[in-house]
Amino acid sequence: MNKLLKASVLGAVAATFVGGAALADDATLGIRSEPSSVDPYFHNLGPNNAMLGQIFGRLIDWSPDMGTLIPRLATSWKPINDTTWEFKLRKGVKFHDGSDFTADDFVFSFKRADGYVGGNSSFRTYTKGKTVKKIDDYTIHISTKTPYPLMPNDMTSVMVMSSEVKGTGQPDKNFGIRAKDFNNGKAAIGTGPYKFVEWKKGDRMVLVKYDGYKGPLAQPWDKMTFKFIKSEPARVSALLAGDVDMIDNVPVTDIETLKKNPNVSLSQGVSNRVIYVHMDQFRDNSPFVTDKAGNPLSKNPLRDPNVRKALSMMINRDAIVEKVMEGVALKAGQLLPEGFFGRSSKLQPEAYNPTKAKQMLKDAGWGDGFALTIHGPNDRYINDDKICEAIGQMLSANGIPTKVSTMPKNVFFKRASKGGKDGQPEFSFFLVGWGSGTGEPSSPLKSLLVTRDKSKGFGASNRGRHSNPKVDALVVEALSTVDDAKRGQLLAQATEAGIGESQGIIPLHYQVNTWATRKGLKYNARADERTVGLDLLKE
Amino acid sequence: MTVFIIRRLMQAAVVVFFMSLLVFSGVYLIGDPVEMLVADDADEYDREMVIKNLGLDQPFYIQYWRFLSAALQGNLGESFVFEEPALLLILDRMPATFELAVCALLIAVVLGIPLGMWAGLRPDSMASKTIMSSSILGFSLPTFWVGIMMIMLFAVHLGWLPSTGRGPTQDLFGVEVSFLTWKGISYVILPAVNLSLFKLSMVIRLSRAGTREVIHQDYIKFARAKGVSRSRIVLVHVLKNIMIPVVTVLGLEFGGLVAFSVVTETVFAWPGMGLLLIDSIGFLDRPVIVAYLMIIVLLFVFINLAVDVMYSVLDPRVRLQDVKG
Repeated sequence: MNKLLKASVLGAVAATFVGGAALADDATLGIRSEPSSVDPYFHNLGPNNAMLGQIFGRLIDWSPDMGTLIPRLATSWKPINDTTWEFKLRKGVKFHDGSDFTADDFVFSFKRADGYVGGNSSFRTYTKGKTVKKIDDYTIHISTKTPYPLMPNDMTSVMVMSSEVKGTGQPDKNFGIRAKDFNNGKAAIGTGPYKFVEWKKGDRMVLVKYDGYKGPLAQPWDKMTFKFIKSEPARVSALLAGDVDMIDNVPVTDIETLKKNPNVSLSQGVSNRVIYVHMDQFRDNSPFVTDKAGNPLSKNPLRDPNVRKALSMMINRDAIVEKVMEGVALKAGQLLPEGFFGRSSKLQPEAYNPTKAKQMLKDAGWGDGFALTIHGPNDRYINDDKICEAIGQMLSANGIPTKVSTMPKNVFFKRASKGGKDGQPEFSFFLVGWGSGTGEPSSPLKSLLVTRDKSKGFGASNRGRHSNPKVDALVVEALSTVDDAKRGQLLAQATEAGIGESQGIIPLHYQVNTWATRKGLKYNARADERTVGLDLLKE
Repeated sequence: MTVFIIRRLMQAAVVVFFMSLLVFSGVYLIGDPVEMLVADDADEYDREMVIKNLGLDQPFYIQYWRFLSAALQGNLGESFVFEEPALLLILDRMPATFELAVCALLIAVVLGIPLGMWAGLRPDSMASKTIMSSSILGFSLPTFWVGIMMIMLFAVHLGWLPSTGRGPTQDLFGVEVSFLTWKGISYVILPAVNLSLFKLSMVIRLSRAGTREVIHQDYIKFARAKGVSRSRIVLVHVLKNIMIPVVTVLGLEFGGLVAFSVVTETVFAWPGMGLLLIDSIGFLDRPVIVAYLMIIVLLFVFINLAVDVMYSVLDPRVRLQDVKG
């Protein structure tokens, strides 16, 4: 029996070895989330953007740390006047079907993205209010009504497809090209370094190297197979069993064990996602703020910035990072971690200071304290439910008895956005996260801290309804300041006003993401949280 | 019998109707699919476009009426996430789940009946006691945990079998199947065993109980007195008679295997209907959730009916009629 077992193990090891050698240039990646379409404008969703960016090119790409913009289909870009940006396009680029990439393809793609009918969440966020004009085959102008500094950032989102693709639907809808035409590969023709091969829903997506690729990106693999493995232990064991070369979203609890495993390497990187607490600042009588006996209060303490600041001081961020996140997070004092554009150099993570916090509460007239309920999702962010529990304990220990209530994200977000009376946010004190897709703080400022204004598109996720005229003015000014240095300053000032002065939200920490590869490989941890085969490299 | 079948089909229609209402309103109440679908930085205007596009701006009764009238024409709606017909998405995944369920059923029968009969024929032997106590484990250990343990042992430590996913598939009469190659089979083994454990334990218990009962019947005693060989008694007279309850229960349980393969499919990333359901619940993809549950209801109704009809064919003493209160 023992002999047989040994022989089998040796056999299996040998088989793995031989298999590994033969498939040296094929990579299999075990990823948590499956894209919802191969149509590049169907759904503005993380997994789609990560996967499809390898097939379809964009004008500009972020470097993995989101620190610099990489020229991809555009070779250079500059503002030529207050309201117009000029993009020079790369020459000699060919689509996967052999046709040339020219300005026409970009104009076509832009129009299809901008006017997309159906789909779930459109790329109109990046195309609205912009007019594209072809100057010659390799020059385009994009203009806006008012000065618009974020043009290059927006162009890291819109993908480019071939204008020669023929669809099968009605010509008036999305140029007659349906999402289905992409999903079966017919219309999935881009300029990216990898070609689409197949997508078996729920199982895998396969891409192969495009030999005619011209551009700045490396093509480390001949073939990439993305396997969708939702369950966390299954993803980890797939890596340990050698069935995949790499996995994303490594569960925090497994990180220590994997570190000790000689056959596994870990890559970690801080992300553009801040985890923070929203506070109800628009109701006089907030449903989940009560006195200590549980009776409603006549006044809502969370409307007082000093109370909000005091609560922030009662949260021990070091303990959260060390104990709850097992060291895999960076404590936060603003909207983006170090290295990002437009950060404030003044704002530091709030230090844990319960004595001062209690004094501040007393000065604000809340010396007797009050009771809270903290709400949060339990399946959206890393350890989200445990963070809520930790905060609940910290506040309770400091004279604010706090109940904790967490729920699945599909229930949580509806209630957090419009579960209350008259479609208002339901909760009083709740945990959420925000990843800045533009790589600078204007996106979270605009959505979370600027006064809600539907007509201007401000404050869409301002679920605490924070309002500070100073922040509003600074953000509006920043959004029309093309000069980078000046805009950076304005954004930093806006953050200082919104968080430092009026404590519109309580930042807790920046999420750090973990990828694991088999020994001999390395993943360039991406700040945008994407898992991209191009960033999986041989050591 | 025709009247019986017609009446049962009408009852089925009523059950399906109430099921759809229940599921539709349940999912309607739970959450907001738009919150799950749109990008964080979409503004109010874009959100409203999506809401309108999905028809979620209408009051509940209009949404339900639209769904119902389309469903009566065989259209169960388009998935919010994929914008493809929900029914097709599910049917596309069905072969994978059926393959898994059939394999699990086969394992349960092929292993369960001999083991159960052994335990029934020699109730006091050590082997029988081991079999029976193992069957208790099969009942009580959670599928999820057992699945992970099996992956750790057979895929990670021993490296015998792949840990996750479905192997290469071949086309068999227009259906994608994976059991035609050894590689394909190697992917089926772990999830199928995992899914079968519960049924296996049940078959063991049923066969044992059946054997214990049948072995004391007069016809067995008579056969022994007549000098019929022991193997013939066990393989023909006992086996045939214990098969009736086993077949009945397994028939009914097959629906359960299909419907509740969710856990196994999640643990093994098996691309079947269960995995689709879990993903759809995550996104609150209402058309897919409703369509899935309606298909499962139909499946159960159909299996129950088939079992009743077969019963009357197999056992002439059974008459098909409604129980009159």
